[in-house]
Amino acid sequence: MAEKDKNFSRRDFLKTSGIATGALIGGGIIGGLIGANTNTKDTGTDAPGTSGGTKESSSSSVRGLTFFKSMAEFEVLSQATERIFPEDDLGPGAIGLSVPYFIDGQLAGSYGENSKEYMQGPFFEGEPTQGYQSRLKRNEMFQQGIQLMQQEAQSRFDTKFVDLNGEQMDEILTAFQDNEIKMRGVESQFFFRLLRQATLEGAYADPIYGGNTNMDGWRMKGFPGHQLAYINDIESEDFVEMDPKSIGMEH
Amino acid sequence: MVTTLESVDVVTVGVGWTGGIIAAECAKEGLKVVGLERGRERGTEDFTMVHDEYRYAVRYELMQDLSKETITFRNNRKQRALPMRQLGSFLLGEGLGGAGTHWNGQTWRFLPYDFEIKTMTDKKYGANKLSADYTIQDWGITYDELEPYFDRFEKTAGISGEDKNPFWGKRANGYPTPPMKKTPILQRFEKATTDLGLTPFMLPSANLSEAYENPDGQKINACQYCGFCERFGCEYGAKTSPEITVVPAAKETGNFEVKFNANVVEVMKEGDKVTGVRYYDTVTFEEFIQPANVVVLTSYVMNNAKLLMVSDIGQQYDPTTGQGTLGKNYAYQILPGATGFFEEQMNTFMGAGALGMSVDDFNGDAFDHGDLNFIHGASLSMTQTGSRPILSNPTPPDTPSWGADFKRASIENYTRTLGVGGQGASMPHKENFLALDSTYKDIYGVPLLQLTYNFTDQDRALHSYITEKTSNIVKEMGAKTVAARGSISDYDIVPYQTTHNTGGTIMGADPDTSVVNNFLQHWDAENLFVVGAGNFAHNGGYNPTGTVGALAYRCAEGVIRYSREGGSLA
Ligand SMILES: Cc1cc2nc3c(=O)[nH]c(=O)nc-3n(C[C@H](O)[C@H](O)[C@H](O)COP(=O)(O)OP(=O)(O)OC[C@H]3O[C@@H](n4cnc5c(N)ncnc54)[C@H](O)[C@@H]3O)c2cc1C
Ligand code: SF4
Repeated sequence: MAEKDKNFSRRDFLKTSGIATGALIGGGIIGGLIGANTNTKDTGTDAPGTSGGTKESSSSSVRGLTFFKSMAEFEVLSQATERIFPEDDLGPGAIGLSVPYFIDGQLAGSYGENSKEYMQGPFFEGEPTQGYQSRLKRNEMFQQGIQLMQQEAQSRFDTKFVDLNGEQMDEILTAFQDNEIKMRGVESQFFFRLLRQATLEGAYADPIYGGNTNMDGWRMKGFPGHQLAYINDIESEDFVEMDPKSIGMEH
Repeated sequence: MVTTLESVDVVTVGVGWTGGIIAAECAKEGLKVVGLERGRERGTEDFTMVHDEYRYAVRYELMQDLSKETITFRNNRKQRALPMRQLGSFLLGEGLGGAGTHWNGQTWRFLPYDFEIKTMTDKKYGANKLSADYTIQDWGITYDELEPYFDRFEKTAGISGEDKNPFWGKRANGYPTPPMKKTPILQRFEKATTDLGLTPFMLPSANLSEAYENPDGQKINACQYCGFCERFGCEYGAKTSPEITVVPAAKETGNFEVKFNANVVEVMKEGDKVTGVRYYDTVTFEEFIQPANVVVLTSYVMNNAKLLMVSDIGQQYDPTTGQGTLGKNYAYQILPGATGFFEEQMNTFMGAGALGMSVDDFNGDAFDHGDLNFIHGASLSMTQTGSRPILSNPTPPDTPSWGADFKRASIENYTRTLGVGGQGASMPHKENFLALDSTYKDIYGVPLLQLTYNFTDQDRALHSYITEKTSNIVKEMGAKTVAARGSISDYDIVPYQTTHNTGGTIMGADPDTSVVNNFLQHWDAENLFVVGAGNFAHNGGYNPTGTVGALAYRCAEGVIRYSREGGSLA
């Protein structure tokens, strides 16, 4: 069970593994490129360019919204993701992992804009087995979904979504999941699936994307992130614990 | 304005495994080859940031850009076919190496039974074992005829394996490299299957167990078990792929050139010969004609079929009359299996794409089907490919899919779950086929390919039979909870299943029942060759690429012979 010493350099490692030097060009330059930062274990806090840090991570701790324009909407998103992935004795929930910031960033980019999806018409409602048939982009779905969460909170409980208790929030989220909320251009269960998936993505994606703060998502799960290789551990009979690494860290 | 380029001996459409193999073999023989690839150049040096599940496995960094082109899909002819707007069920390749860059590397030879399935089924079970709705047929080539080409592909790729499976075809030679490491997780499977009286063996792998130099002089490194294999490129050059083997081998001859950002939209035809292909530069949208003495379609199952259809070469299959061969016998696979939840933590996050052990006792015709209402079977495997946290959230049955209980169970079981999966063979059915869509187009204005597909009774029966077998193994492995996969109903294009699409341009001995002959030469145009898993007359119980590679070597021989002698090779 003991934590193994991972303190060998990629170069040593490649040498001992009998890899032709040609592969160094392919396999060995990350450290050289990104250098400068985080080499030791106590800097498990932040990958360069990530937000949500606690320590002296200079400009990288500046954080803001790049897709949402209203803090109120962002707060709804935050609370909804926290219900999906709540804080508990295992560790942080979605908010603690900066999942809402992760999603905000993704919605502003190619994910939100559906830039790799076939978005030509005509659009027809299809069978569930035919998948995504909406003319809406993902970021439009999120916007609409969040507005509807707000509306549901008002009509069901006469208050704002963020002022609901957990059970009330769950009731609304479940209504989305069960396709009971009428959305325009998309079914609410589809939006809910997207929201759930994006929450998990934000909890477990490499912290370079702004979520998974301090790699705590990985730590909870026992996933060591970006390791060079497991050739020296793959035959171990014991479970191997390692401190996780981000691709943004030198190794 | 269309610019006509200087003619070459051979043009390939796409540069993945099939395009790369054709290029290497033909260029070595002195033929001038041009490969037209719609995607970009890429290689090992582009994979230094690859341990990124989100970018590569979730957002499909290396796969086809569907905003330019996709397919349409419906379960049956009564439905309206609609575009597959985002990737899901299968992950189509794009860019140098094609899907051979981000494959797992599980490299099989189809069984002798597969190539003569119709003859062998009729002989053993009588002509009425399956109804006439199942359009099974022999492939027009036998395993023994194809054996040297299998051998050739395995040597090029350096496949790591052991010849311990009593059920597969006879091999002339052992594997070029020894099997991968037999990890504790695999040993568990080995022990359980042995105790059940089955015959486990190491899965043949293109993640090489040791550094290797292939007959072309190309070097492949040793796998580092990094756990980021499927859907990723290998940063070590240890997963055999076209861009580290056949593509450089072709280039070193000085006879091969790849043109990138070149999207082919038509095969040009004059009389009973083809004259070249028309393509768009995807950056400038300029149009070019690349004339060639021989055209080889190496653009995967989907695009190979589509190009023949839009170019009006061959007769489109019609499910009403059963006439025509183009688009016929499309098949996919079924994935029975069972998941086990264990007490102890295991190193499930470590692994490699083709690290696994298998049993073939329920594959092909290894067991008697006399009392069963299906034919064929599945290879059953325990693979340790490296579970990653976004896409791997196993929970025992009845766990909610979100919230506190979900969080706890998914975290707890991430390192405590093992699965045994079957790769179930799929038999062709008269209602499953490829055609052209009449509504939707790609960005070049060419109709999309249309897929009509559903699982059949044969698939459902096979699925439930094999699921039970996998459950038994998982139980025997000591799981505290065993969750068998539910039975299958309709095929759903949304969740990822496999990129093992087959058929549509099937091979055979007879022009009335196949698109190409057994050199993969088109029956209607002798200087046109079509190669890939589209040639499979049905889908077997294995991953396809070992067999695709063998067919590509066979095809290369055909192209070379045709270039010297001309005429039909059949
Ligand atoms: C995630 C994943 C895992 C897999 N794992 C395994 C495995 O473990 N074992 C196994 O046997 N198989 C596996 N496969 C399947 C394997 O990758 C394919 O069988 C194999 O790569 C097919 O080779 P190909 O040359 O026929 O096609 P491809 O590799 O798809 O190459 C076709 C090329 O043609 C290009 N092209 C297409 N259309 C055009 C056009 N109009 N103009 C110009 N170029 C075009 C494409 O961009 C592409 O580069 C896997 C596939 C995926 C996606
Ligand atoms: S598991 Fe092996 S072959 Fe696969 S990417 Fe990692 S090092 Fe390469």
